[in-house]
Amino acid sequence: MHINIEKVSHQYETRQGMLPVLKDLSLSVKRKGFTAIVGPSGCGKSTITRLISGLIKPTQGNIFISNKKITSPLSTIGMAFQNPVLLEWRNVIKNIILPLEIVSKNMNYNQKRSNALDLLKLVGLEEFENNLPSELSGGMKQRVSLCRSLVHSPEVLILDEPFAALDAFTKEDLWDVMHKLKKERDFTCILITHDLREAVYLADQVIVLSGRPASLQYDVKTNFNEEKKISDLYSSEVSQLLATLRNQIEIAQNKND
Amino acid sequence: MIRINNFIIPLFSLIIFCLLWELLVWYNNWPNYKMASPSDLWPAFWKFKHLFLIYGWETFWRTVVGLILSVLVGLSLGILMGFSKTIRIGLYPILVGFNAIPKATVVPVIALIFVGMHNMNTIIIVILISFFPICVSISIGLSTLEREYEDILLSLGANKFEIFYKIALPKTLPEFFGALKVSTTLAFIGTNLMEIIEPHGKGLGHLFDSGKISADYPLMFAVLITLAVMGIFLYYIVVYLENIFAGWAIRK
Repeated sequence: MHINIEKVSHQYETRQGMLPVLKDLSLSVKRKGFTAIVGPSGCGKSTITRLISGLIKPTQGNIFISNKKITSPLSTIGMAFQNPVLLEWRNVIKNIILPLEIVSKNMNYNQKRSNALDLLKLVGLEEFENNLPSELSGGMKQRVSLCRSLVHSPEVLILDEPFAALDAFTKEDLWDVMHKLKKERDFTCILITHDLREAVYLADQVIVLSGRPASLQYDVKTNFNEEKKISDLYSSEVSQLLATLRNQIEIAQNKND
Repeated sequence: MIRINNFIIPLFSLIIFCLLWELLVWYNNWPNYKMASPSDLWPAFWKFKHLFLIYGWETFWRTVVGLILSVLVGLSLGILMGFSKTIRIGLYPILVGFNAIPKATVVPVIALIFVGMHNMNTIIIVILISFFPICVSISIGLSTLEREYEDILLSLGANKFEIFYKIALPKTLPEFFGALKVSTTLAFIGTNLMEIIEPHGKGLGHLFDSGKISADYPLMFAVLITLAVMGIFLYYIVVYLENIFAGWAIRK
C-alpha cells in the first residue's frame, strides 16, 4: 500500500491559542517501502503518525492509503511506540494477540496463539511466551511490542521512535530484528526517529522535516546496499549521506529559532 | 517457607503486642476500669459468648453488604468521573464536601429519614463512609491512562467499551484494591457509628454501649478487640482477592 500525504496542515489548540505543527506537508511512501522521517524535536513527527493511523484528522489537506482517503482508523495498520505499552497483567503471548481480539474476533485462540508464536520466533523470544512483561528487559519488551504491532498482518507499520530508549547495542540488535521482520512480512513502513544512523540503516527513503510548523525539507533515497549490515554504516558513502542529513537537520533547527 | 513466614511473623508480632499490653497494665497497676488487660478479655468473651456471636454476625453482615454496595457506588461514580471531564469537575466539590462532613452528624439525619429501618440505616452509613476512596482512585486511574494505551486499540478501530474492559479496567485494578483496603476498615467505623449513636439493640456497637452503661470495662475492650479481629479478617479477604485479580502488580 502506498501512502500519500497531500498538502497537510495541522494545528493544535493550546492555552496560548492555536499551535500550527504541520504546514503544507506533502510526501509519499511507495508500496512496501520503508521511509524514515527525521527532524528537530517538537516539529510534529508524532502528529504525522497519528494522522496516518486515522487517530486524528488533519486541519487541512488529505492523506491517502492506496488512493483511499483516511477518515477513521484502519485495521490494516500496526503501531509501535517508544514506550512499549505492554499490558502488565497479560503474559507475552496474550499481549501479542491483543490486536487480533479487536480485528479478528472470530479467530480461535489456538490460531491467534500460533500467529503470535511465529512472530515471537522471528524476534527470538519463543521461550518467553508465558512470562509477564515485568520479567523482561527493555529490549525484550520492545521486541514483544513489535510482534504485537505485526500480529494482525498489517499492510502499514508505523513506528514512533521505538528504539529511542534502548542502549546502543540493544538498538543495533533491534535494527537487525527489524530487517528480518521487514523481509519476512513485507509491509509498508514509516519510522519516526531522531537517530540518523538508524534512519539510514533501516529505511530506503529518508525525509527531513523543517522546524515547526513542519513541511518537507529534504527527501533522499538510501539504497546503498540491498543487504544492509551494521559495518556498512562506516563506509564513506554512508558517512557522506549522514553528513548531508546532519547538515539538513541543522538548517531545520535554525529555522525553528 | 514464605507462606509459613507470612503466617508466623504476624502471629508473633500479635503475641508481643499482647504481652507488652499486659505488662503495661501490670506495671502501672491499673484497675480494669482504667485499662483492661488481655487477661481480662477472655472471661468477658466467655461470659457473653452468645451475644458476641449474635451481635458480631449482625455487625459483620451489615458491614460486608455496605462495603459491597459502596464498591458498586464508588465504581460507577469513579467510572463516570474517569471518562468525562465535565462530570469529574462537576462532582468533585460535592463529593469532597460530602466526605468532609463528620459522619457522626449524618447518623441522626439518616436515622430520622428512615425511621425504624435499622439495617438500611446502618448500611447507608457504611456506603457513605467507604465509597469515597474507591471513587477517587478509580477516577484518577482511568483519567490518567497514558494516551499510547488507548492508541494501540483505537488505531485498530476498537470502541470505547473494548478499551475500557481490555485496558483501562484491568490497569486500574491495583489502585482499586488499594482503595478497597482503606474502605474495608472505614466500613466498620460506619457500622459502629450507627450502632453506638442510634442504639437499636443490634450489633457489636450495642454491646459496647451496654458495657458502657453497666461499667463493664473488660466487655468494652473485648468488643473493640472483636472489631479489630473482624477488620483484619475482612482485610485479608481483600488481599486474597487482590492476589487473584491484580497479582501481576504485586512485587514478589
